[in-house]
Formats: sequence, structure tokens, C-alpha cells
Amino acid sequence: MAETIKMPKLGFDMAEGTLVRWVKNVGETINKGDVLAEIETDKATVEVESHADGVVLQHLVDAGTSVPVNNPIAIVGAEGEKVDSAPAAGGQPAPAAPAAAASSSAPTPAPVTQTAAPAATPAPAETGPVKASPLARKVARDRGVNLGSVVGTGPGGRIVRRDIESALKASPAPAVSPASAPIPVYETRTTQQPGDETIQTTKLRQAIGRRLVESKTTIPHFYVTHEYKMEALMDLRKQINGSLPDNEKISVNDFIVKAVALTLRQFPNLNASLSGTNIIRHGAVNVGVAVTVPGGLMTVVVKDTDQKPLRQISGEVKAMAARARDGKVKPEDVDGSTFSTSNLGMYDVDEFIAIINPPEAAILAISSAREVPVVSGGQVVPGWRMKATISVDHRISDGAEAAQFMQALAKYLEEPIRILV
Amino acid sequence: MARITMREAISQALMEEMDRDPAVFILGEEVGVWGGTYAVTKGFYDKYGPERVKDTPIAENAIIGGAIGAAMVGQRPIAELMTINFGFSAMDYIVNQAPKLRYMFGGQFSVPMVIRAVGGGGRQLGATHSQTPDAIFAHFPGLVVVSPGTPADAKGLLKSAIRSNDPVLFLEHATMYQVRGEVPDGEYTIPLGKSTIQRPGKDLTIVTYCKGLELSMKAAEDLAKEGIEAEIVDLRTLRPLDMEPVLESFKKTNRAIVVEEGWKSYGVGAEIVSRIYEQAFDYVDAPILRVAQKEVPLPYNRNLEQAALPQVPDIIAAAKEVLK
Repeated sequence: MAETIKMPKLGFDMAEGTLVRWVKNVGETINKGDVLAEIETDKATVEVESHADGVVLQHLVDAGTSVPVNNPIAIVGAEGEKVDSAPAAGGQPAPAAPAAAASSSAPTPAPVTQTAAPAATPAPAETGPVKASPLARKVARDRGVNLGSVVGTGPGGRIVRRDIESALKASPAPAVSPASAPIPVYETRTTQQPGDETIQTTKLRQAIGRRLVESKTTIPHFYVTHEYKMEALMDLRKQINGSLPDNEKISVNDFIVKAVALTLRQFPNLNASLSGTNIIRHGAVNVGVAVTVPGGLMTVVVKDTDQKPLRQISGEVKAMAARARDGKVKPEDVDGSTFSTSNLGMYDVDEFIAIINPPEAAILAISSAREVPVVSGGQVVPGWRMKATISVDHRISDGAEAAQFMQALAKYLEEPIRILV
Repeated sequence: MARITMREAISQALMEEMDRDPAVFILGEEVGVWGGTYAVTKGFYDKYGPERVKDTPIAENAIIGGAIGAAMVGQRPIAELMTINFGFSAMDYIVNQAPKLRYMFGGQFSVPMVIRAVGGGGRQLGATHSQTPDAIFAHFPGLVVVSPGTPADAKGLLKSAIRSNDPVLFLEHATMYQVRGEVPDGEYTIPLGKSTIQRPGKDLTIVTYCKGLELSMKAAEDLAKEGIEAEIVDLRTLRPLDMEPVLESFKKTNRAIVVEEGWKSYGVGAEIVSRIYEQAFDYVDAPILRVAQKEVPLPYNRNLEQAALPQVPDIIAAAKEVLK
């Protein structure tokens, strides 16, 4: 039985990928897990693995083609097996798969989604076969409503115009909707001087630009900074690392990631996403860690961070960061974060603030742990201090909650034994 | 404004045009001495004489062929087919000669001819004499196909048809000669190829013509009692088809049904629906439905005949379905 290999979906906002190179040619034997092709998304070059054993019977797209997510790219089957009809290359989404993909990646079928942020929606369902009338699609497009999160009341659940209208009523569109007035992410300014050099931005750079312009212009950020006493954590880390081989040593950040995850358990409102007028509190705590990669940064994600031991978190972050830097990131490495962290501690940074990674509710910016003079018992003594700043979406939470979160985080960072038990 | 029947309106149009232009004459079966099978030309024979009101043998190809010849040499014949079903006997003249002569002679000849024909079911005339084959004739470029739904339109359109320099097939409905309506006093014409709104509404668009208009107006009244305001677009001319009012209405209501008396397959409704999808796709909020005749030869038995023809409840049901 021949199986179809599809363009994988590598992250929330991936709509299509470019098939850069076929690794296995037609007629070549392929085993489950073997690399079939290389794909370039706006974030990285990724290898697509075959999920079937057999022979590559057909390439359905040419190298260099841009293919929508979930569209078939190749057929793998038994040698000599007849392939009855080649699914259309490129254009048509495969019939069943996108629906499944859309529903499985959407944790909650929220009735409405604020469209200002395509990236702020769990499932970019418009790529799948959402049942909607042409008019509903047009109105949704014009008004910037994501069809994926609108409940259809027409026959068979079809979304019709009235559904879009009630969605808009439930969640008034932002003053500037992206469809009618796209935010100019990059503006052309042509005052080039002799000696200037022009660098074409990479796809990753552009993706970062798009997402963060959108975040900074549509999310009302507020910030709370807290200074943490780090002596105990530094001591504990020294003690633990003393017994670990060099390549397994645990970083300060690993402690912080775990501490953040444990704290988020007490603050479900910050482990959340906005969807229309609803707040979706995520069941899992998946902490994202921003990693510097050539030409930009990516956020790798530790799944169920709160439930994993420190050494495992450390190992996973190391492996994912390495893959990210090599441009070989796997879809699951970058998918599904519910809260992000950004750590510039290694660059001797006193303090900084980060931009929220949509659709998350908040991001934590972690600065350097430094030895500074502190006042203790009326005396100035040396101490380890580290500042961290949380940026929070004011539509979801308020200053008091953010401040309490930062305080609760101190319980772990300042009594780090609690992180271990 | 006078309130007159469809029969009177058509009769007036014919008489006014015959008075106005001596080139206009009538030919057909029983049009003269008998006064027409549906009594449309009653009194014409006495008034205009056998030269201008010609009784013919029962030979439709001769009637239409003769009319074409007369038209080519400067007359303005009005050929009457007792029923459009007999038109099949003259099919070559109707679709293969009349519409093509001007084109094939490079404009040296034109065919300023009107074929008046009676169509439609509901009078228990049996399967071969009750058809509504409008779509077949509207298929052919070069032939203007008109089918009015009100006395006022019938009069104004027939006068335009007689004055047209191209062949016009003018389809009247067998059950509508007694339909009454306001008709403007004095001279007026209605241009061919113009659809019109017969009833304003905001909730859905009913596209129809001829008998379908009569049924749709009744359905719209019933729907209005339930708070549903249907807008009715009357095509009046099937070719050339004027989609302007249809599209304008549809862009407002986003939901439509098409009501025709002919069979659904390959019919007028299919054409209208296709054009809406082609030209107003982004305004479609529900699948557009067609109300049409059941896909059977029309039965003779009265109950079965009525069951096969589209009826007011069918229109109401379709309207509610597209509004879901």
C-alpha cells in the first residue's frame, strides 16, 4: 500500500515550505526515518523523514517548489506498485489531513479569534478545509477574522456571514486590521551613501520582524522587574556540576527554566493565550528558550517543563539549541511553547526587556547574575544578584499578578533546593 | 393606467404596431377567421383583411420559413406558433436559419421577424403539448428570446420585438392570458434584454420569469407574512440575458433561488446560477437552489401534472432552505 508523504507543518505560523532538495530519488529504497528531502521554511532548513518503508515511487513536486503545509510531496510504496493518480502538485490541499492537523493543533476550539495576529492563533485553520461560504470567507478576509476559530451555524456547520458578524461583535476588530492596513514591517528608505553595504534580510529575519512588529503594535505590554538573590543557586549549581562531566554541566538558565515552569503551575493565567475574548489557559507548561542562531534567534521548547528533572531539561535544551544553530531544527523543537524566556546573562547585561512571543501571555527576560555590593544587616557586603523582567499582555493579566509571579519565582531561585524536589 | 389581461395587452401591442407600420403582418394557424387559438387576434381579420392576417396550413416549417423570406425582403412578419411544441417541426428555420442569416450574409440581409409561441404546462394538454423548452431556444446566439410575466411587460416588449431588426422568439404562457395587470395608457415600449426588479426585498433574491414570476410573487407574499422579504428579479428576456439587476440584488441578499417552469437539467436556472458563481462568487453565503419541473414528461392527469410542475410551496421551501 503506497503512502503519501506530506509537507510537514513546522510551527504555528508555517503556511508553506520550499522543497530545497530531494535526498532520495525516485526508485531509491527508503526506510522509515530516512531523510527524504530537505525543506526550507522561513526559520530553517529541515529534513523531512519518511514515515514509510519502501521505494520512492514518485516525487509530486519539483525541487525549488514552494508547497503549502500538508500538501503531498512524494509517494512511497512497494517496488513496482502502481500509483493510480498523482495528487495535484502544489495547489490543492490533501482532502483529509489538514482538517486533522488543524484540529489536533488547536487545543481549544475558541469561538472567536482576534485576527490581528495570525500568529496569535493556535491553528492557522484557513489553510485547511474550513467549511465556509465564499461570502463568509471574503468578510473574514476583509475584517481580519480567522475562520478557524469561528463556529459555523449554517447547514452542516458551514460558516456563513452572520457567524463572522457575531464573531466580530463578540470581539471587536482592532482599530487597524492587518488585512485592510498591513503594518509596514519593512519600509524602504533609499538614502544610501557611498560605502554602504546592502544585505538582503533572511527569511528568518523577516519572520522575526513580522512577528514582533505585530506583537509590539497589537499587544499592550507592561513590564515588572525583580531582583533575585542568587547566592544559594550559584552554590548549588557549583555543587551539582562538580559531579557532572563537562558536556552535561547545568547552566544557570536551566535552573531558571525549571523554576519558571514550577511557578507557572501556580499562575495558570500567565501560561495562557488570548483567543478573541477568551483566555486559553494551557494544560501543559512548555517553556520556550530563545536561542541565538545565525541570522536571528529561535525559540526552542521544552515540553512539560514542570514535570522534567533538571538534567533532562538541560540535555534537551542543549540538543535543541545545537540543532537550531545548525539549521537542522525539528518541528517539535520549536512548536508549542506556552511561555518564553530570553536569557542574555552570558553577555554581562544589567537589565533588559523582551517582546512577547505571540500568542503567549508573557515572556521573561533574564539578565546576568553578578557579584554586587548589597546591604545586609546594616553592612555593605558582596552578594550575587540577578535581575529579570517579565513582559505581560495587559489584555490577559495585570501588574499585581505579574509582580506576584515574580515574587513566587523568587521562592524557587532563592531556595533552589525546591527546584530539585 | 388600465387594468387589463395579458391577452388584451398582447392584442393591443399587435394592433398598435400594425396600425403604425404597414410592413407588419401576421401569419399562422387559425389566426385569421378563427381569431387565434387563444383569441389574441380576434377581430384582426375583419380589420386588416386576409393580406395582413394570413391563415396558413398546418405546416410550421412553412410558416417560419415563409416569415423569414418575407422578413428578408423588407416585411415585418409576426408568425404565430399554436404552441412552442410545434416549433420543433420548424427547428431548422428557428435556430439554424433565422438567427444566422444576418451573420452569414455579412449584414446584407436581416430578419426582422417575431415568432409568437404559446408554451407551458397546466392545461392538461399532455406530454407533447405542455413543454417549456425556453432554454433550448435561448441556447442559440442570434435569436432573441423574450418571455414576459406581466401584461405591461408583454405589451411593451412585444412592441419592441416587432420593431427589432433581429428575429425574436416571443414566448407566452398558456395559463396566463387571463392574468390582469396595470398597463400604461398610450404608446410605450420596453427595451429587449433588460431584466427588472418586480418586488423589492432584502432577505433573498428570487430570479425568475414568465409563469415563475406569477408563482414567485405569491410565494413572496406568504414569505412576507413570516417576515422574509424576497426580492424578485424578472429576467423578461432570456437572450440576451441581463444579469445586472440579478447581481445587484444578489450582492445585497447573498442568497438566491431560481424559479423556472422548465426542467432543471441544463436549464435557465443552471445558467443563472453559473453566472452568479462566476461573477459574484465572493457574495455567495449559501448554495443557490433551483425550483423547476420534475424530470418527467409532463403527465396528462391533472393531479400528476400539478405535482410535476413547480408550485408556490416549492418556492417557499427552497427560499427557507437557502436562508438556513
